[in-house]
Amino acid sequence: MNWSEICAAATPEFYLAIVGLIAVLLGAILREKFTGISLKFSAVVLLGAAILSVLNLEGGTAFNGLWETDAYTNIAKAVCYFCTAIALLLAESYLFKEKLIRFEYCLLVIFASLGMGIMLSANDLMTLYLGIETLGLSSYVLAAFNRDSQRSSEAGLKYFVLGSIASGLILYGASLVYGFSGSTNYDLIAEAEMGLGLMFGLVLLVTGLAFKVSAAPLHVWTPDVYEGAPTPVVTFFASAPKLAAMVVFATILFDAFGSAIDQWQDIILIISGASMLIGAFGALRQNNMKRILAYSSIGNMGYALIALAAGEEIGGPALLVYMVIYALSQLGIFGVLLSMRRRGGMVEDISELSGLSTTMPWLAVCMTALIFSVAGIPPLGGFFGKLVVFQAGVEAGLWPIVVIGVVSSVISLGYYLRIIMIMWGGDKLAPFENMSGTVRLAVTGATLLVFPVFTVLIGWMMSLVGGSFSLG
Amino acid sequence: MGEFALLSIIIFFPALGALLLLALRKFVVSDAEGVESEARIAFMTGLFVSAATFFLSLIALAYFQPAQEGFQLVEDFAWFGGQADDAGNIVGGIRYKLGLDGMSLLLVLLTTFLTPLCFLASWGSIKHRVTEYVAAFLFLETLMLGVFCALDMMLFYVFFEAGLIPMFIIIGIWGGAERVYASFKFFLYTLLGSLFMLLAVIAMYLQAGTSDIVELQTVIPQIFAVEDGKFGVQHLLWLAFFASFAVKLPMWPVHTWLPDAHVQAPTAGSVILAGVLLKMGGYGFLRFSLPMFPEASLYFQPMVFAMSVIAIVYASLVAFRQTDMKKLIAYSSVAHMGFVTLGIFSFTETGIQGAIFQMLSHGVISGALFLVVGVIYDRMHTREIAFYGGLVTKMPVYAAVFMLFTMANVGLPGTSGFIGEILTMVGSFQASSWAAAGAALGVIFSAVYMLTLYRRTVFGVMTNEKLDGIKDLTRTEAIVFAPLIIATIVLGVFPALIFDITETSVAPILAAFSGLIG
Repeated sequence: MNWSEICAAATPEFYLAIVGLIAVLLGAILREKFTGISLKFSAVVLLGAAILSVLNLEGGTAFNGLWETDAYTNIAKAVCYFCTAIALLLAESYLFKEKLIRFEYCLLVIFASLGMGIMLSANDLMTLYLGIETLGLSSYVLAAFNRDSQRSSEAGLKYFVLGSIASGLILYGASLVYGFSGSTNYDLIAEAEMGLGLMFGLVLLVTGLAFKVSAAPLHVWTPDVYEGAPTPVVTFFASAPKLAAMVVFATILFDAFGSAIDQWQDIILIISGASMLIGAFGALRQNNMKRILAYSSIGNMGYALIALAAGEEIGGPALLVYMVIYALSQLGIFGVLLSMRRRGGMVEDISELSGLSTTMPWLAVCMTALIFSVAGIPPLGGFFGKLVVFQAGVEAGLWPIVVIGVVSSVISLGYYLRIIMIMWGGDKLAPFENMSGTVRLAVTGATLLVFPVFTVLIGWMMSLVGGSFSLG
Repeated sequence: MGEFALLSIIIFFPALGALLLLALRKFVVSDAEGVESEARIAFMTGLFVSAATFFLSLIALAYFQPAQEGFQLVEDFAWFGGQADDAGNIVGGIRYKLGLDGMSLLLVLLTTFLTPLCFLASWGSIKHRVTEYVAAFLFLETLMLGVFCALDMMLFYVFFEAGLIPMFIIIGIWGGAERVYASFKFFLYTLLGSLFMLLAVIAMYLQAGTSDIVELQTVIPQIFAVEDGKFGVQHLLWLAFFASFAVKLPMWPVHTWLPDAHVQAPTAGSVILAGVLLKMGGYGFLRFSLPMFPEASLYFQPMVFAMSVIAIVYASLVAFRQTDMKKLIAYSSVAHMGFVTLGIFSFTETGIQGAIFQMLSHGVISGALFLVVGVIYDRMHTREIAFYGGLVTKMPVYAAVFMLFTMANVGLPGTSGFIGEILTMVGSFQASSWAAAGAALGVIFSAVYMLTLYRRTVFGVMTNEKLDGIKDLTRTEAIVFAPLIIATIVLGVFPALIFDITETSVAPILAAFSGLIG
């Protein structure tokens, strides 16, 4: 075992695992004293992990090929850790006000991030499964974190049952792949001859991963979990794990089954088209903001899958750029949701945003920018995300799916515009309670990223991610 | 690269003004003085910023050399997707490239000319959320100017589609009773059209490796050359662009969003919509469809002619039956835009010159007509034609102004409306005498509906008691109409002012057709 290799490849995850265990001890010993600072503590820890991932950008291979990181996965990791850290800071005022603050919250988030790190670094189906389960189990508990609430417990249970089935599918797929290719290592699987058995394994893996990214037709859990789970937990779910799962989806298909693109391209195309349409139509009749955002995320995963279907060289950079823009703007949108608090608790109905532009103009401007960005209207960042994805689709000649993408983005404007019209044209309601400084900062930050930062720097992002292919 | 970034300054000056206005609102307005002082400060700022932009665009006019071919005042920076060459400069890719030729210069001037008038016209009629109103108009001005100045296809698209956001908000907040429906319809119609254009833009960019409009105008006809007149990729690309521009212009049968949007929009919103936003469609045809897809343009000429003639005749007939004044003028806009497409797709110098002229003249005249309606709407809060009658007894000055613009819209010689209509008809006559004959029918109809409107509102006996106290034009309103009247008559008497500037930008468009039509 070569320590320098391991350090190069796995520093952030080692660091997270060790600090996570220390945090368990701190929580057990200091109890209430630790609880108060636990969120800030773990946010700093995660920012550290993000910095470590950037410092080790080129990555390496470790543990006899079970573990492999390159610039592509390290960028994804850094963004995941960063988003998680922000999600933790956003959670603070909510958890205190709702009296949900317990130090286990930050432990679960740290271990969930560790799971993301592991699955992103996986070069072997076993490592992949370890990562997925670490993330999954922490997520199930997080979804049910408000254990006195029936809705939250229900969300946790639904997520757990459906998530376990997906994990089972992945595991079964992995065992079939192992049986027919003789290995669980991505590189060796790539060398194996494609046969019917391997195909079965591949399809099962794709099904399980589609569940994890909440792509149709395995999307049904998303609106329920989004609605039931506490909002800060959904803030976390909506950003980092989505990004991680999508990049893992890409790495396994590109690395282990890259030569079999003809076999899986059609599956991805169907999933992608169905997700976009369901995301577009599903939200039209919804009134709960969290449910609307759940459908919006289903639709957006559909767009990312276009890039996935376009294959590694064409679609890889587009996929990561799209997901990074998406994850960071989700933090802003959920920041707005977290500030929707009136006397008597949180409100989630779309009508509660009525007249926001007169009561809290800056919040309304930010939300408008973020919503138009997710909808993909120029000159906001989300447009450029969609642009690179469509460009990948056109370059790969996937015309039908690109046209479906165009049509569904017009349909989805139906509910995005509704949100904006309610904020700008609705009757004035009482203003929300004062937002905490961190929420205000995060919303403003996300808005500035969406415009003008992404708009100006899109070229730099594409070349950074595009260049990471040649490095890896 | 230009010596100084004049175009960027012109484009972004209004947006900067809007940002400043939004940022400083808190400090300027004290609660004691309340809403009224906020409105005054906002309108003053808007007027000052847009007037300054107009003067900046006059500087651009002064720098512009009409005789010189190609684009002037060019600014060019790499944006994304390009490759570095040996010297380290980024070549190709998507660029931030701006420039002007005669056609775009005039449309820039039209935009900067109309925007200050919009602020003057809404002074007093817009009473709530004035700061946001002014800011939305200033952002809209930035985006409209960007559309006309962009020399990069993707940059053009960004400005083109981003313009939907402020217009959506203007209709949606300050519009009439059905404003939400109208703003959604406006947004979704236009978006669907322009997304197909986006796909075509992506496909062209991937094939050509550049999105520089100047390069594409020479490269694209070669890459997507048409073999033996067969239906090919060029035709599909043409259709994708057509989808976008036809909705924007709008052409029959995708014009239905326009009457709704116009009726619901506040007066100034209608002025900008009819005056500038519709022109983006015609501009798009001249900048993209004709030079880049000459064979396809020729192939679809009969279809466009048919649609234009139907638009002219049908919209005129529909206009005649309207009871709402704004809706009548909206349908008249559809008819007049029919002349624009007729002129553009005649592929003759006369026709295209006439189409550009018609766009400018319609920008002034229809803007003025919406303001004319706005004047009595502000007083009586209804646009029903039947409500009015005999206004000439109480409002003589108003009646005279209304008369002038009615005549201009009908196309009376001596007004700018005449020049545009006659040239587009002469141009289209060379291509198809039937189309020209149909268009001529539309000219007669336009006289019928406009004169009927005028007779029923201004002449006759004043029977409605509510009209007794109606006042003639205020000084502000007179100031708004003065420049529009001058523009209408000057353009009508000295059309050569325009043709001298547009001549060099029409020549390259026609050059693309030199080998195609005899």
